[in-house]
Amino acid sequence: MTTTTATPSGAVDAGQPVVVDPGRRRRLRHSSRPESDERTAVSVAERRRPGIRIGLGTLHLLLLILLILWGVGPLLWLLKAAVTPTQDTLQAPLAVFPHGWDWNNVVAAWTQVQIGTQFLNTVWVALGSWFVQLLVATTGGYAIAILRPAYAKVVNWLVLATLFVPGVVLLVPLYLTILHPPVIGHSLIDTFWAVWLPAGANAFNVVLVTRFFQSLPHEIFEAARTDGAGPFRLFWSIVLPMSKPIIGVVSVFAIVNAWKDFLWPRLVLTNPAVQPLSVRLPNIQSQTDLGVFLAALAISMVIPIALFLGFQGMFLRSAGLGGAVKG
Amino acid sequence: MTAITTRPSAGRDPALRRRRRRTPLSWLRRGGLSNLVFLLPLLVIFGVFSWGPIVESVVMSFQRTNFVVTQWVGWDNFAALLRDPLVPTAVLNTGWFALLALIFGYPIPLVVAVLMSEVRRARGLFSALAYLPVVVPPVVSVLLWKIFYDASPRGVFNTILGWVGIPPQPWIQSAATAMPSIVLEATWAAAGGTIIIYLAALTSVPPELYDAAEIDGAGIRHKIWHVTLPQLRPVLLVTFILQIIGTAQVFLEPFLLTFGGPANSTLSILQLIFRYAFQNSIGVDYGKATALSLLLALFLALFSFVYFRITKAWSDD
Repeated sequence: MTTTTATPSGAVDAGQPVVVDPGRRRRLRHSSRPESDERTAVSVAERRRPGIRIGLGTLHLLLLILLILWGVGPLLWLLKAAVTPTQDTLQAPLAVFPHGWDWNNVVAAWTQVQIGTQFLNTVWVALGSWFVQLLVATTGGYAIAILRPAYAKVVNWLVLATLFVPGVVLLVPLYLTILHPPVIGHSLIDTFWAVWLPAGANAFNVVLVTRFFQSLPHEIFEAARTDGAGPFRLFWSIVLPMSKPIIGVVSVFAIVNAWKDFLWPRLVLTNPAVQPLSVRLPNIQSQTDLGVFLAALAISMVIPIALFLGFQGMFLRSAGLGGAVKG
Repeated sequence: MTAITTRPSAGRDPALRRRRRRTPLSWLRRGGLSNLVFLLPLLVIFGVFSWGPIVESVVMSFQRTNFVVTQWVGWDNFAALLRDPLVPTAVLNTGWFALLALIFGYPIPLVVAVLMSEVRRARGLFSALAYLPVVVPPVVSVLLWKIFYDASPRGVFNTILGWVGIPPQPWIQSAATAMPSIVLEATWAAAGGTIIIYLAALTSVPPELYDAAEIDGAGIRHKIWHVTLPQLRPVLLVTFILQIIGTAQVFLEPFLLTFGGPANSTLSILQLIFRYAFQNSIGVDYGKATALSLLLALFLALFSFVYFRITKAWSDD
């Protein structure tokens, strides 16, 4: 990290261990030697003993079956029930299509219950929150880690301090802030801004990005400055392109959290026309046909699950990171 | 916090050099303005939506607000909390939830993660399966489980129980089984995240430690007990406190599954705060709500502080 000849790609590699340690170690080992050589409690020699091999194999098979039943079972049931006639689901919930299937549930959920509107709202909420979080975290992280004015230390300390304040404390005063925001003069209730703007005050993102920026080789920035790059050009053309890994991690966190959030959007988005799925679904349960409601539930989880299946590695690395960073 | 300590010391030098080089120049030419421009989004967003509300919550705990007039009432809000019989109910319920969540959700992910770390082929499949419920939006999984918990004999879980000859259970309909049912759902939704955190920690245990243990003649059980678990201890300690902080603020599951019922048996602290502030039949009571949230935050801060003190003493031994 102290070499002056570091290239941008090398810099990303050098920067990574500080932030993305657990995942990277695993990936590194995968690339440097075959997976079967990885060392855990059971040694290769022990693995060759028939007793242990069969015992371990049985345990793993059992684990796999349990994971499928526990992890995927309920979701498969939901997918099945979404296209099963309501009466069948009520009479025999675990029978597999006793009287064929019924796509009308899905159609009705999209058209009659207008889950499509809520679906779009959810996308808007997620995209806006993502943008605000990324803007705050990258510009703030850049100022704290690279520009480093004298007062940045205090700002950084203040941001870190909010990590130790549980979210419950913010609930009421934040609500009143949205009701009577400063400067703007009119309430933000029932506008997406009410969700987007508070999402940006996420200390975890700032910490992640700041640490990543701190681990980038400063020699590159010095060189760019010598070549006449100003702070904006340095940010846009050098720092951001080098930070794709951490921007990916923050993006995953931001979009998934926005998709999951319930309490806050419920408070500030009271008009069904702007409510995301998570807020709308509990409200429609009582007056919606069970089959249609289950179809609506199934539609609501399609995007998160598709994102997960598409970016599995990034999700799991971010999840492992949760423990490492908060530690 | 380990990553803070590993911050490269090399990073400090350029700052020193730059300061020495640039002190004679004016603030503006040093880039003072652009520094401020870059910090502005953070300062505005955190100022308005984080630092401001945090200060305000302390102030509001000592005030009574009815939109028109705001008056200082000293410790009145806290005194009102002491008189409210729902406060001890909510505290006990939340404690019960936290305890059950520890029993259900703390040891099992550990066992699963240790087993999974021994998987040599298709471990990605195992991880993906374990993590899948975490990706489902919590509202969706709660509403889905609400349907599973149908108390009629034709409910999903009661049908399964029927296969093995167990009579139908009331699940979330009875005060005795409501809380364990809620915790079961919450564990389903969260266990995958814990498993992945443990798995990440397990794969970074230095291999030399196992090699050394083998030279000393340790069997598998010994290696897990004397190498794996001690190496996981920091992560285990952190996930414990994070789980306590998370469960102390449980809201979604009881709110959507039981709405605090039956007979307030699943009313959580955060739900009570929510009631004070937004669902009070006799009008909003922001003062009481912020007072209770402040108490909860102070308790969590104190608990974490004592916890880290004690566990640090253990690690120093």
